[in-house]
Amino acid sequence: MKKTALYEEHIRLGARMVEYAGYEMPLQYSSIKEEHHAVRNHAGVFDVSHMGEIHVLGSEATDLIDHIFTNRVRAMTAQEIQYGFLTNEKGGVVDDLLVYKVNDEFYLLVVNAANKDKDFAWIQKKNTFDATVIDKSDSYAEIALQGPQAEEILQRYTETDLAAIRFFTFAEFDIAGKSFLVSRTGYTGEDGFEIYGEGDDVKMLFARLLEENEGLLPTGLGCRDTLRFEAGLPLYGHEIDTDITPLEAGYGFAVDVRKAGFIGQDVLKRQKEEGLERKVVGLELLDKGILREGYDILHEGETIGRTLSGYLSPTIEKPLATAILPVEHAKKGTIVTVKVRKRMLQARVRNKTFYRRKKS
Amino acid sequence: MKTPKDLRYTETHEWVRIENGHAYIGITDYAQDQLGEIVFIELPEESDDLEKGEEFAAIESVKAASDVMAPVTGVVVAVNEALEESPELLNEDPYENWIVKIELEDESELEGLMSAEEYENMSKE
Repeated sequence: MKKTALYEEHIRLGARMVEYAGYEMPLQYSSIKEEHHAVRNHAGVFDVSHMGEIHVLGSEATDLIDHIFTNRVRAMTAQEIQYGFLTNEKGGVVDDLLVYKVNDEFYLLVVNAANKDKDFAWIQKKNTFDATVIDKSDSYAEIALQGPQAEEILQRYTETDLAAIRFFTFAEFDIAGKSFLVSRTGYTGEDGFEIYGEGDDVKMLFARLLEENEGLLPTGLGCRDTLRFEAGLPLYGHEIDTDITPLEAGYGFAVDVRKAGFIGQDVLKRQKEEGLERKVVGLELLDKGILREGYDILHEGETIGRTLSGYLSPTIEKPLATAILPVEHAKKGTIVTVKVRKRMLQARVRNKTFYRRKKS
Repeated sequence: MKTPKDLRYTETHEWVRIENGHAYIGITDYAQDQLGEIVFIELPEESDDLEKGEEFAAIESVKAASDVMAPVTGVVVAVNEALEESPELLNEDPYENWIVKIELEDESELEGLMSAEEYENMSKE
């Protein structure tokens, strides 16, 4: 099993470690709930060094990305970031990712750890352009500093004005005397930064942040999932997958069906024009219990859909889930039946973005 | 990790205590620690049949749902209803807070369960 540059820090902090995507990662340090609330109310810092980093270089780097990626890469300027999808010929999702534009001939793609090898092979296979694709994952360590106090905390360590780094942009500058790439992005529904650098530097920063900032907690994969779930952010293999398109999943904002040709575009364009047959929605359980992934949703005895993720939401304090349903059962307020083990429970369809932070 | 000597244990981390001819069933300290914060429990009902090795309750932690398996066969004579309102009691004291009390069908089934020492050795691995 692989270890990240922060492994010893996790052990020192008493984390419960689990295997995730081939890495030994912290599930939790204190408790999922406590860490979850720290991120919502103060700040938390995650080791996300397991994420994959792929460089796309060369005079036709933009053309290659435009061909494999659903969003408007040609509209990007340097220092911008876009969210979007690698899609297959059927419009299904190979992965979701962030594209960082360094310049016209240099992009950084940040992909899911579990999909990294698959993505790298996919991009190489589709590379009929004058572009070079390099898996740089082992050269990057990464932490995510998330929460309403993230900016205030990080500002203590740098001369760079962090307020100038807007949502979905990045810059390279010194923090605590070392060089990092810093983006205003995250996977929690809160303000925050994702910070990339050399292993030793990231380890130093992680340790210093935790030692020197009261209220900042180390936060693990457990609350990373409850946080992203509440915020309506998808997890590959759950809300998006090879058999769920980005449009069905509700992320049409990251799919430009009108741009010139990307893989799977015809299918997605047709879906958009003709309308969806099914979509990903939120559910709130009305009976006692908790919804988890993989439960059947029934209508008049027939299975019509299934749950994709589910938690007793720590912030909203209700049993919530995401689910995929035929559009005729997907309207807000519709009551559906979910089979939880041997019980048939009632749930109500609602927006899958369960939590939105109040913008200051 | 606590493992009271007077209980019998299963490989799936349940315990059984015999008291006045009835069997009380709960989950071990190791189980509650592994699960983390318990937020909901789905209990069986009185007079439900429990079949050794079959699930009879579900415990939900923040992270996931886990089945509780019947260590022995029998009929439920009481369920610990306090757990419905306060499932976290299982985290606080997993041995005091039993889940069900059953009428044993066959006392010889107890002999197949682990002693405290055997259970501790297994959990250490």
